[in-house]
Amino acid sequence: MSAPLAPRFSPPPPIDWAGIRADFPLIAGHDLIYFDNAASSQKPKVMLQAMEEMLSHSYANVHRGVHSLSQKATDQYEAARKTVARFINAADDAEVVFTSGATDSINTIAFSFGEAHIQPGDEILLSGMEHHANIVPWQLMAQRKGAVIKVIPVLDNGSLNLESLDALMGPKTKLLSLVWVSNSLGTVNPIPYIVQKAHAYGIPVLVDAAQAAPHMPLDVQAIDCDFMVFSAHKMCGPTGLGVLYGKRALFENLPPYRGGGDMIDRVSFEKTTFQGLPFRFEAGTPHILGAIAFAAVLDYLSNIGLGHIEERERQLSHSLRSQLKADFPQIQLIGTAPDSVSVVSFLLKGHHPLDVGVLLDNQNVAVRTGHHCCQPLMDRFGIPGTVRASLAFYNTEEEIQRFLLALRKTIHLLR
Amino acid sequence: MSSTMHNTAHLLEADFALFDSWEEKYEYLIDLGRDLKWPEGRLQAESMLIPGCQSRVWLDHAFQNGKIEFFAASEALIVKGLIAMLLKVYSGQSAADILAFQPDFIGRIGLSQHLSPTRSNGLFSMLNTLKSTAIAYQNA
Repeated sequence: MSAPLAPRFSPPPPIDWAGIRADFPLIAGHDLIYFDNAASSQKPKVMLQAMEEMLSHSYANVHRGVHSLSQKATDQYEAARKTVARFINAADDAEVVFTSGATDSINTIAFSFGEAHIQPGDEILLSGMEHHANIVPWQLMAQRKGAVIKVIPVLDNGSLNLESLDALMGPKTKLLSLVWVSNSLGTVNPIPYIVQKAHAYGIPVLVDAAQAAPHMPLDVQAIDCDFMVFSAHKMCGPTGLGVLYGKRALFENLPPYRGGGDMIDRVSFEKTTFQGLPFRFEAGTPHILGAIAFAAVLDYLSNIGLGHIEERERQLSHSLRSQLKADFPQIQLIGTAPDSVSVVSFLLKGHHPLDVGVLLDNQNVAVRTGHHCCQPLMDRFGIPGTVRASLAFYNTEEEIQRFLLALRKTIHLLR
Repeated sequence: MSSTMHNTAHLLEADFALFDSWEEKYEYLIDLGRDLKWPEGRLQAESMLIPGCQSRVWLDHAFQNGKIEFFAASEALIVKGLIAMLLKVYSGQSAADILAFQPDFIGRIGLSQHLSPTRSNGLFSMLNTLKSTAIAYQNA
């Protein structure tokens, strides 16, 4: 008798999402439905442990101390940089700069790139769904350098009008700065395609990955972007820490944004020379503790697998979206692009988002209401704002059901 | 000190005390908001907008016979309700009475969470605007 054929691969063990939820002290075992993850996500125990460990055993200032404690702290800080580089698949650790957040990262490039490359009449291309953090720094630079801001229009379904790209890109376009995942709509823009297109015109691209990094695997070499920015606190890491990735060839020739300690090579009152990457862009004492805690969080996320996280978050947000659509005729979804993740933005017809937010809050549901720092996008849709539910992998289908019940009660109270 | 203001505040407190659940309190608040009417024919100008609210809130006033009458509107029902509650107490009072009055009743009603300066419903800046209007008429 012949033995049954053994399966060639054993199926991967199912992921213990309930166990993962238990890693988050603020939400585990609590009634709160936390659907405000796009604003900031909750923190796993490993982050608290990493902070405690560092402060108890290896805290000192980094980079210039000869004493062993400073050396230990420096090693950990630089190891954190390596962890980030691996997480985004950067070719070189030095291409990873720690900043105070995605906003700080964009301001750095807007300033430094502006100083190096922008002449009066040059154009910066943005999109109509950018966060204020990816609009205002460019406007400040444009005012200083006499540059012009151009905008890729947004279609009615909340996706970008890609057909307009050829008309908007030309020899005057010096940089494209674009969001990957919209914080207000959840739209996932086809970044690899757009980067390729821009590069065909010789235009470098900055990708604002603040809402992408928490939800999907990142590979800066595969995407081939020139700069990428994101914030640690939106991906279960600490506040006050962000990442600025830059492709070496372009990045290392940019002038510094801020001056101070750590970023210099030699200082005299006549002339100061600067360090190379990454230190040129890290003036002053960096967020040492944050970087080390963030590395622990990235290891934690990598251990779950960003692919698994993406799959779960797509499932959860799809479930919420389709139930809102099927069972709530009073709800108008804002942003119905074919590809979206995590964020579900909507309006209750005839009611201000603030009323919905307050009544949900009374039922222990945390959502965000308002313009989500995207006033131009809200103007595009002619609305004052939306109610935004944004999901993370530690949220559950059961929470979605409770959220929908709370929404029903809200509708009843406002009727 | 105005006894009218205190009396109105007490009446509101008593009304809200009738309700046990937060749902009923908010339903009542929303009903108060629905009764808040902007006078017909009165211009609603950009300059009347109160800062610090997610919904737009307009506040205007008229000064007559030593009393300040307030008019307000908002896009959000709950904000309208909160304003309606305030105006029941504050509108039609003298500058001195307005400035002497402490709005503790809001806390006793159980709505004090809306009063924090960092809440984005504008109640805090609304109260400030009521008071700064009163300051302007203090010596009138």
